Amino acid sequence: MEFTIKIERYNPETEDSHIERFTVDAPETATLLDVLDVIKDDIDGSLTYRKSCRMAVCGSCGMRMDGAAVLACKAPMAPYAESGEIPVISPMGNLPVVKDLVVDMAPFWEKFRAIKPYLDDGDAEVPVKEWRVQQEELDRIMKEALCIQCGCCVSECNSMQADPDFLGPAALAKAARFVYDVRDRGGKERLELYNGAHGVWDCTRCYFCQERCPKGVDPRDAIAKVGAKIYDAGMQSDKGARHAKVFVKSTYQSGYLLETQLVPETIGPIGAIKEIPFALKMAKAGKVPNPLKPHKAKKLDEVKRLNKLIAEQEKQQREAAAAGPSAGDDE
Amino acid sequence: MKQSYAYYPGCLASLSQKELDTSTRAIAGKLGFELVDIPGFTCCGAGDIHEARPEYYLHLNARILGQAEQLDQDTLLTICNVCTLNLRQANKKLRDDEELMARVNDNLREVGAAAYTGGVEVRHLLWEIAEGDGYEKLKEIACKPLTGLKIAPFYGCQILRPSKLLGFEDPDRPQSLERIIEACGAEPVDYPSKITCCGFPIVLAREEVALGELIQPLAEAKEAGADAMVTPCPLCHLSLDAWQGKASREADIEFDLPIFHLAQLVGAAAGLTYDELLFKRHLVKTHPATDKIYAG
Repeated sequence: MEFTIKIERYNPETEDSHIERFTVDAPETATLLDVLDVIKDDIDGSLTYRKSCRMAVCGSCGMRMDGAAVLACKAPMAPYAESGEIPVISPMGNLPVVKDLVVDMAPFWEKFRAIKPYLDDGDAEVPVKEWRVQQEELDRIMKEALCIQCGCCVSECNSMQADPDFLGPAALAKAARFVYDVRDRGGKERLELYNGAHGVWDCTRCYFCQERCPKGVDPRDAIAKVGAKIYDAGMQSDKGARHAKVFVKSTYQSGYLLETQLVPETIGPIGAIKEIPFALKMAKAGKVPNPLKPHKAKKLDEVKRLNKLIAEQEKQQREAAAAGPSAGDDE
Repeated sequence: MKQSYAYYPGCLASLSQKELDTSTRAIAGKLGFELVDIPGFTCCGAGDIHEARPEYYLHLNARILGQAEQLDQDTLLTICNVCTLNLRQANKKLRDDEELMARVNDNLREVGAAAYTGGVEVRHLLWEIAEGDGYEKLKEIACKPLTGLKIAPFYGCQILRPSKLLGFEDPDRPQSLERIIEACGAEPVDYPSKITCCGFPIVLAREEVALGELIQPLAEAKEAGADAMVTPCPLCHLSLDAWQGKASREADIEFDLPIFHLAQLVGAAAGLTYDELLFKRHLVKTHPATDKIYAG
């Protein structure tokens, strides 16, 4: 079968950057990586990309196909050949380009190290026998444990484009893997690593990570799980957590979002004063609801009771989790 | 025959984004949609409660779905991306897990709320008019073609991604808004950032990051020659419209790009007036674009 692709080439020595078109013959079952290999072997040995396992396990061959990060070894080419579309292959986003399709993963690993990617025993007594983890306890972190650190989730992360220091979906998914590990004793100290300026509350919920992950890790869901743990631990001083707090309160006090409280309670009174000119513009357009006539949904008492009931159940869960691994004594 | 929906405007369209609710109700009759109000619905919790208190989020959304079921409706119509994802995600979770459904229903009954049996589909207005009968009806009612108007489609995130929960169209190459823009007689403008984030979820907590995200689609759409932008999400709208001034100052570019709600675009093509569609409630004046629609 005949395959045609365009590749974004970059030569760091000459700083030349251009798009090159290649047409090769390869079997119908060829992946993008197979096509790149044929190009490198038969046409241009200087084409540079990473690869290793060829079976979506090592996480080396992340790159963009028409702007969307994929593992080259997992991207079938036949649909393109059949439709006649010519995909553009380029390096992953949010990471510096080294040459052609190779990016510098150093910033990626730096964020990985920053989240403390290992179990913290919290100076607990080392058990005489191993800590047995029950299947359901493992299931809680199984998805995040499947991450192969390929960087596809980071490539299109919208928050990282705006804030390159954002820990990002890969590192925070790894964080979730430790936060929810029953053997970990990192507690609030660990959570504090994810709660700061470039942590979980930076995530804009664009879900690109979830869309791109080739292993089903669902990094955005993992970030939310870390956020939930931070909130549940009572660490609610970050603007992100304060924002969430107003939403919770809104559901049972009004039913609708308490828009007029959202700004001062998220950014604080001083920040809110600075926003007065903006608020006046909003008011002029009729966008500030009358604070004297707040909306009250019907059957609000139902929602009040619901919040109370769930809060009670959350508390029981918290106490159960604090008890540690359920399989303390093994037979 | 009228298509009937349990109508869930969500809270923003009921408050600061009232023009969206008003415009939706105004076009519904023309489209042959019967909107059945849900008495006593609450906020879906947005991404916030979903993140901070996932259990409470699930129950809140189950309660809303149960309320729709009580009205004998099998489809719940949303007009907001975030509501759409929240409700669909909760719906899937509950339908896929009998034990969870039973536990959530026990809790709902305990507080006196209606239980949910899983019989409601959650659909966004965009999907209802981008294909099928809704699309045919849209072409019929678009009696005042918006000829000469260049419109930039802005999808927002949570109507495209995660596609396994939304799944209406290719999340990287969506075409539904383009189809609607064309049916309204206007010309869709293409630009790369039509599927990226507007920054709204973090605009208060991380304003700088959010503005960084907001600038890109505004700049690209402007560069591509758009007279206006249209979005199916009231949160994207608030970001693109109300925060546009701040984005302009940050980027040092005068965007002056009017932002239409999807229902306003359809309403204008269906012959509804400037006042009926409440264009005056926008922060970025819509005049350059709406003058083209309403002149003469």
